[in-house]
Amino acid sequence: MATEVGSTPVKAPASGGTPIHHGPKGVGEDNKILSQGKWATWLLAPTIIALAVVIVYPIISAIVMSFQKDAGLDPATGLFTAGGPAGIQNYVNWIAQQCAAPGGGTVACPPGTLGAQFWSATQTTFIFTIITVTLETVMGFWMAMIMARTFKGRSLVRAAVLVPWAIPTAVTAQLWLFIFDFQGIANKIFNTSILWTGSEWPARWAVIIADTWKTTPFMALLILAGLQMIPAEVYEAAKVDGASAWQRFRMITLPLVKPALMVAILFRTLDALRMFDLPYILTGGANNTTTLSILVISQIRQGFNAAAALSTITFIIIFLVAFIFVRFLGANVVEQSGATGKGKK
Amino acid sequence: MSTGTALRAEQDRGRRLAQNREKWAQGRTYISAAVILIWCLAPAYWMVVVAFREVGFTYDTSILPTHVTLDNFVTAFDTSFGNRFGQALLNSIFIGVVVTAISLLIGVFAAYALARLNFRFKFLVLGFILGASMFPGVALITPLFQLFTNIGWMGTYQALIIPNISFVLPLTVYTMTSFFREMPWELEESARVDGCTQGQAFRKVIMPLAAPAIFTTAILAFISSWNEFLIASQLSSDATQPVTVAIANFAGAQPQQIPYTAIMAAGTIVTIPLVILVLIFQRKIVAGLTAGAVK
Repeated sequence: MATEVGSTPVKAPASGGTPIHHGPKGVGEDNKILSQGKWATWLLAPTIIALAVVIVYPIISAIVMSFQKDAGLDPATGLFTAGGPAGIQNYVNWIAQQCAAPGGGTVACPPGTLGAQFWSATQTTFIFTIITVTLETVMGFWMAMIMARTFKGRSLVRAAVLVPWAIPTAVTAQLWLFIFDFQGIANKIFNTSILWTGSEWPARWAVIIADTWKTTPFMALLILAGLQMIPAEVYEAAKVDGASAWQRFRMITLPLVKPALMVAILFRTLDALRMFDLPYILTGGANNTTTLSILVISQIRQGFNAAAALSTITFIIIFLVAFIFVRFLGANVVEQSGATGKGKK
Repeated sequence: MSTGTALRAEQDRGRRLAQNREKWAQGRTYISAAVILIWCLAPAYWMVVVAFREVGFTYDTSILPTHVTLDNFVTAFDTSFGNRFGQALLNSIFIGVVVTAISLLIGVFAAYALARLNFRFKFLVLGFILGASMFPGVALITPLFQLFTNIGWMGTYQALIIPNISFVLPLTVYTMTSFFREMPWELEESARVDGCTQGQAFRKVIMPLAAPAIFTTAILAFISSWNEFLIASQLSSDATQPVTVAIANFAGAQPQQIPYTAIMAAGTIVTIPLVILVLIFQRKIVAGLTAGAVK
């Protein structure tokens, strides 16, 4: 990819682009862009190469591995079997929840084994994603609206929301584990005696609440940044025209903040789909809190190649969700990330 | 005359109503602000309170600090139960510094190109870098686990540093790109016109302007490396594990009992410096965090 960048000069209007100082002086516009392309190639090469090594190589390697059999003991013969090409067997095994059977072939995985958990882990992952992203969006929006107002102590609030964000997730998980301890403060405050990590929905809610606490600030700050881009005159004009607060919110705030909001929701969704740290530490994946990421990690020590197939499936799921967001819901990440005016086609 | 008084009374009442409504709105804002403050700070406060509480009173639920002691901080660093928190702190700092330095060194050039130059495939490159930052860590871990096992790198520092670059570098590039876009590059031209050499213009004009942007990016990069858990939990050894792994695996004297007070003390130690750093550079950090999403 690096060599492609700028190999062909493009006659993009140099709108907003100030003349580059590295280029040779006194050459025509075409040459200038050509030299910009060359410069860009050199400047981008280290990043592209580094990312190729740390990301592209592992992805390709994972895909190659996913089509290989895992070497191991054959349950039928008790003999060591070597790996070898497996075709799409690893994928089929996960999706159909089939495990290798004694004497070759496959049978439905017995409950409790990793192979039997694919669909429940997928379900758990989506449940976590939908609930946390919804909660975070609603609460983040509300927080952002408050922080956008002028009042004494506003900067204190803006500083405070950074605290949960700055605490490492591993620490957050331990902190909430303590809060949700049977003898902990949560049961004390709500006057309940729930064994939070002991059954399905309390355990899930513990994860959801901890995640919401940790990441709502990020959402709020992204939405706040979007809110601050709306000129105050628009609201003034709407007020003069007699629009109610609700109308102003629905007709002005929502549509104008939508681009930033969509990007924030996209970021959070992709982040939630790969959730690992919180459930891994908080519940250990017990009681149906195993996410796809946790399942991959558990599988690694039982067979690389099956784990590679599962991680590829996870990757495809996340990619598809991102695609749907960008394609159908109009989350324009690249443009939002601020290629304002420059080099836009 | 009487109609005039009535009118004035009417106006007064209207004004008072408006003032009341204003006050009521202000009041609601303050209540909401208080709710946000409590929601964000209460759990963190609880961590600090428990960190300073005697072990025997771990489950004391009084809100104010009680049975205050510094013992937990000593216990946190105690290695007799197999915890290596002190070593883990050093590991995290080392890994964070190396990852941040490499990412900045490589990323600053890419950010400059993306912010300042016109070239083909710019959107493709931007999309690729953004996509890379959203990449799920589990998709990398399996091949890396096998690769590092094969070449004997399991548990080494490089086995932790290299995967971290996969998400810190994209973050660095896109944060810096949006910072660079905002910089007044015309000043460089002006400096040249005023007789500076290119080197001088860069050193005396561009560097001081870019320094805060680079520094903020460095903080964000360091924090994301510092917080990394997934990869480290699988690829590190006892000797190289970072603090996140040490805290997650923190063991107590009794295997059945989680040593919460010591964990909270350890959590406080890894959190407080970050929180202070973040609060000092609050404005810049918020700008950097949101840089990717708006504008």
